[in-house]
Amino acid sequence: MIEIKDLHKSFGDKVVINDVSAVMEAGKANLIIGASGSGKTVFMKCLVGLFEPDGGEILYSGQSFTVMEEEQRKELRQQIGMLFQGSALFDSQTVEQNVMFPLDMFTRLTYTEKLKKVNEVLDRVNLNDANKKFPAEISGGMKKRVGIARAIVLNPKYLFCDEPNSGLDPQTSLVIDKLIYEVTKEFNMTTVINTHDMNSVMEIGDHIIYMYEGEKEWEGSNKQIIYSKSKKLNDFIFASEFLQDVKAMRMLDAEGKVPNGKNDNN
Amino acid sequence: MNFFNHFGRYLLMIKGMFTRPENWKMYWKELMHQCSDIGIGSLGIVVVVALFIGAVSTLQTAYQLVSNLIPKSTIAQIVRDTVILEFAPTISCIVLAGVVGSKIASELGNMRVSEQIDALEIMGINTKAYLIMPKILASFIMIPLLVIVAGVLGIWGGRLAGTMAVILSREEFDQGLLSGFQPFNVRFALYKAYTFAFIISSIPAYFGYFVKGGALEIGKASTTAVVTSCIMILFADYILAALLL
Repeated sequence: MIEIKDLHKSFGDKVVINDVSAVMEAGKANLIIGASGSGKTVFMKCLVGLFEPDGGEILYSGQSFTVMEEEQRKELRQQIGMLFQGSALFDSQTVEQNVMFPLDMFTRLTYTEKLKKVNEVLDRVNLNDANKKFPAEISGGMKKRVGIARAIVLNPKYLFCDEPNSGLDPQTSLVIDKLIYEVTKEFNMTTVINTHDMNSVMEIGDHIIYMYEGEKEWEGSNKQIIYSKSKKLNDFIFASEFLQDVKAMRMLDAEGKVPNGKNDNN
Repeated sequence: MNFFNHFGRYLLMIKGMFTRPENWKMYWKELMHQCSDIGIGSLGIVVVVALFIGAVSTLQTAYQLVSNLIPKSTIAQIVRDTVILEFAPTISCIVLAGVVGSKIASELGNMRVSEQIDALEIMGINTKAYLIMPKILASFIMIPLLVIVAGVLGIWGGRLAGTMAVILSREEFDQGLLSGFQPFNVRFALYKAYTFAFIISSIPAYFGYFVKGGALEIGKASTTAVVTSCIMILFADYILAALLL
């Protein structure tokens, strides 16, 4: 579990995160959503320690990350996996070497044991035939899967995903979402996902935080988001007419006032 | 103000490299990889540059020594000392600043922009120690060796050019080569090589590590790194000559 208490971050006079508090529970997909420039990337970078917050506290399973010594942080970071927007795979290494890297660095396993573990996680992300390929030789979706495999190879307690679906087609996005959701449940990880993708919000959003100009504007689940009265959230989520129609249909369906449109067509 | 800002950050980067490695074996592997990249990767250009500089030195020295009173072997003496004192360490290192410096700056810049450095940080790896330290150590190991190679080949190139152009015989060249030889000159060349090795590796590492933006900024950082390294090499060259000669 990650607890965030009154997190504050500014760059010069510009307040980017304004006293945001939240609790990210284990075994759940915790989504941070918001428009570009709303502060969600800075928020995530503060959580993983790439930015130092100006105020507030971040607790990983009760341990305060903000006041930790560098050595303690290093130890904690071995329990953190992160999937980057651009996958951040090491260009000069093969898929196998990329996934094996954390094992090489932090374990004393033999090569055979490491290879077994690598094959297990690559199998888990449905990527069995790409071991010897370089990142430049695989597709965007495969890179994301290698990124997930590398992030989970040390069995982390916390998984961070920065826009995991950016640059992917809708079908591959669903596969990646499903994969992240499954590993979250399987390993009981605290997963924090930064996303713009409304499919992700609706499909895997156990817990959603909507950020607006550096502040937490709304918090709830994908079940509740449809019924939200927040105008800012509704303007963001249901930006297009199509999505507004979807919302109307869902609400009407849920209230049982009109039949399901799909069934009508059938 | 900008200079002090950069210099302060540069010193902090150097200080940040000195931590206990997370895994000695991985650091050793990275050091060997860098030794191969910097040493073997630059050997070709150093060989070519050294041979031609030595050859041109012989021809130009002979062109300027027109008096019959001066023995031909003096040409070899002049070529030997200029190659050892200046051409092998300084010219080779200016060339290496271009080859190695741009490679270091663009490699680290690309890793920064594509978030590979962030990925390593999140794993709990000190990226300054893991990415920069092996490059500096590899430069300390390989660049003096390349300077020695450049010195030997420069003199050999001069000898070859002298005999091929029938300026002086091999015996005359060898006689000049051995007369009045001062071992301190070799030590001085090595002092220069170590100083330049630090400049060639640490300055481009700084510009690459802290790059912000995209491909354009990586290119700019690479150019700035090479230009700054070359200027610092010439500056250090003067300071060392003024202090030690």
